Amino acid sequence: MTMTKPRIALLVLLGLLAPLVIYPVFLMKVLCFALFACAFNLLLGFTGLLSFGHAAFLGTGGYVTGYLMINTGITPELGILCGTLAAGVVGAVYGKLAVKREGIYFAMVTLALAQLLFFVYLQAPFTGGEDGLQGVPRGFLFGLIDLTNNTYLYYVVYAIFLFGFWLVFRTVHSPFGQILKAIRENEPRAISLGYNVTQYKWVAFVISAALAGLAGSTKTLVFQLASLNDVHWHLSGEVVLMTLLGGMGTIAGPLVGAGVVVTIQNYLSGGELGNYVSIIMGVIFIICVLLFRNGIVGELQRLIKRNFG
Amino acid sequence: MPGENNNKNTGFDYDMSTDYVLQTTDLVKEFKGFTAVDNVSLNIERGSIHALIGPNGAGKTTVFNLLTKFLSPTSGRILYNGRDITAMKPASVARLGLIRSFQISAVFPHLTVLENVRIALQRKESNSFHFWRSEKVLEPLNEKALELLDQVGLREFAKTTTVDLSYGRKRALEIATTLALDPELMLLDEPTQGMGHEDVDVVAALIKKVSANRTILMVEHNLHVVSRLADRITVLQRGAVLTEGDYDTVSADPRVKEAYLGVAADEEEEGGEPVGASGEVEQQERATA
Repeated sequence: MTMTKPRIALLVLLGLLAPLVIYPVFLMKVLCFALFACAFNLLLGFTGLLSFGHAAFLGTGGYVTGYLMINTGITPELGILCGTLAAGVVGAVYGKLAVKREGIYFAMVTLALAQLLFFVYLQAPFTGGEDGLQGVPRGFLFGLIDLTNNTYLYYVVYAIFLFGFWLVFRTVHSPFGQILKAIRENEPRAISLGYNVTQYKWVAFVISAALAGLAGSTKTLVFQLASLNDVHWHLSGEVVLMTLLGGMGTIAGPLVGAGVVVTIQNYLSGGELGNYVSIIMGVIFIICVLLFRNGIVGELQRLIKRNFG
Repeated sequence: MPGENNNKNTGFDYDMSTDYVLQTTDLVKEFKGFTAVDNVSLNIERGSIHALIGPNGAGKTTVFNLLTKFLSPTSGRILYNGRDITAMKPASVARLGLIRSFQISAVFPHLTVLENVRIALQRKESNSFHFWRSEKVLEPLNEKALELLDQVGLREFAKTTTVDLSYGRKRALEIATTLALDPELMLLDEPTQGMGHEDVDVVAALIKKVSANRTILMVEHNLHVVSRLADRITVLQRGAVLTEGDYDTVSADPRVKEAYLGVAADEEEEGGEPVGASGEVEQQERATA
C-alpha cells in the first residue's frame, strides 16, 4: 500500500468532497484529533518515546488561541499561529526536562508536567477556570472570509490538517527522521555512532508539541470553546488509544485511529449506551493490545505484504 | 605485524612500543561495594589487535563500557591519543574516532541493510537535523555505503530489512557500519559470540582485514580466534589484570591456565562452542525467517 501520487491525489480529493456528504463539524473534529494523533505518533511511533502528557500542548494551543480571539480581535490565522508557537515553547521547556529520562520515567515526567499545567490552567484567571473560554469568535480569515460558515471553516481546517500531516510525513522521511528511527531501533548503537540522541529527541518533541498545539488551536476555533477537558490526562490517554488502534509507526494509522475513536464516541454518546462510552473504549483498547498490536493500518499492511508482497 | 603496518601507512619511524592510542591508569569501577574493575591499567599500541580475555564476570564488558563512557569510572584516568577523555560523554568519545560494538549484535533491525550503514555515514554530513528536507538528499551516500557492504560481502542484501539477516550477517553488517565512521580505534565486544564454526572464521578473517590502518581492542571468548588475531593479550580476573603478553606467553602462564583455560575448556564441553552455538543460531534464523 505505497503512497503513489495518484492515490494521494484521490485521498485529497475525497477530503475535499467529504463535507457534501458528512456533517462538516464532525469532520473537523476528526481532522483535529487526527492531527493531534499524528503529532503524537511522531514521538511514539518514530522516535520510540511514549509521552503521557500530550494534552498539555493541545490545551495550551487552545487556550492561547481562545484568549487572543476573544480579547484582542486578531484574525484567526494569527490566533492559530500564536497558539501553535505557545505550545511549541511549552514543548521546548518540557522536552528539555523529559528527554533525559527513558522508558517509563519519560512517560511519568511528561504526565507530571502535564498535570502541573492542568492545575495552572484551573487556577489562572485568563482561562475561565471550570467554565473554560466560551463563545470564542471564529473571526474572518485574513480579515476577509467569514468562518462562521461551517463549510468555509472546514476547508481551512482541512488545509491545516494537510499541512500538519505533510510535515509529519516530511519529518519521518527526512535525514533527521532517519536518525530518529535509528534511536527508536537501537539507542545505545546510535550513541556509539556519535549521535547526541537527547538533542534529536528534543527537536522531535518540540515539533510534536507544536503540531499538537496547532491541533488544539484549530479545535478551539471549530467548537468556539477551550476548556479543561483539553488539558486533562484523559485526553493524553485517548491519543495513545487512537495511535495504537490505528497503527503506531505508520503514517496513516493515527488518522484512521482518530477517525474510529471519534466516530464511536459520537454515535454512542447520543444513544442509550452513552454512559458506557469509557467502558467500551477500554474494551476496544484491550482487544487491540491483545489481538492486533500493529493496529488497523499495521495489520492491513501486513496482510497485503503477506498475500501480495 | 602491526608495527610494520603502521610504519608503512603513517611514515613515522619511531619506536612503536611507546606509541599508545589508548591508555588507562588505575581504572576502578565499584557498584555498591562490589569492585567490578580493580586498578586496571591498559596500554593499547597503535595499529595492534589487542585482546581482552578472562573468565565470565572478570569485568571485560565493564572495562569496555568505561572506555566508551557508557559507564563512568569510580576513579582512574583514560587517555585517548594523549587526551584525557575520562569526563567525556559517549557520543563525544565516538566522534573522536573511538567506536564500539556490542555483545548482542547492534543493528537497526527494521531499517534496510543499506540504511544501517548510511546512518553511520550521515554522521559526518551536516544535514542530520534537517527535518524539512527529503531523505533523497542522502542518496549520494549510497555509493559509499554499497562499497562498505561490498567489503563485508553484503552488497546483494542492501535492500533487505536487517531483521531478516542471519546472525553472522548481522555481525558483518555491524562491522560495516562501524567502518563507515573510519574509526581510529575499534572496540569489539565478543564479535564471534553465539556463532557457528563457519561464521566464526568469516568474521575473524573480516576483523583481520579491517585491522589494517587501525587499532582494535576486542573482548573474545574464542581462544582460537584470539590466537589467530591478537598481537597482545590482557587477561582479566575478578576485575584486575592477571597478566599481559602475546599468546604464547599468556597461554604458558600457569596462573592463566588455572584461572581461565580450565574454565574455557569446561565451557566448550557444555556446548557454548561450536556445535551447540551453531544450533542456536539456526534456531534464531528460523525464528526470524
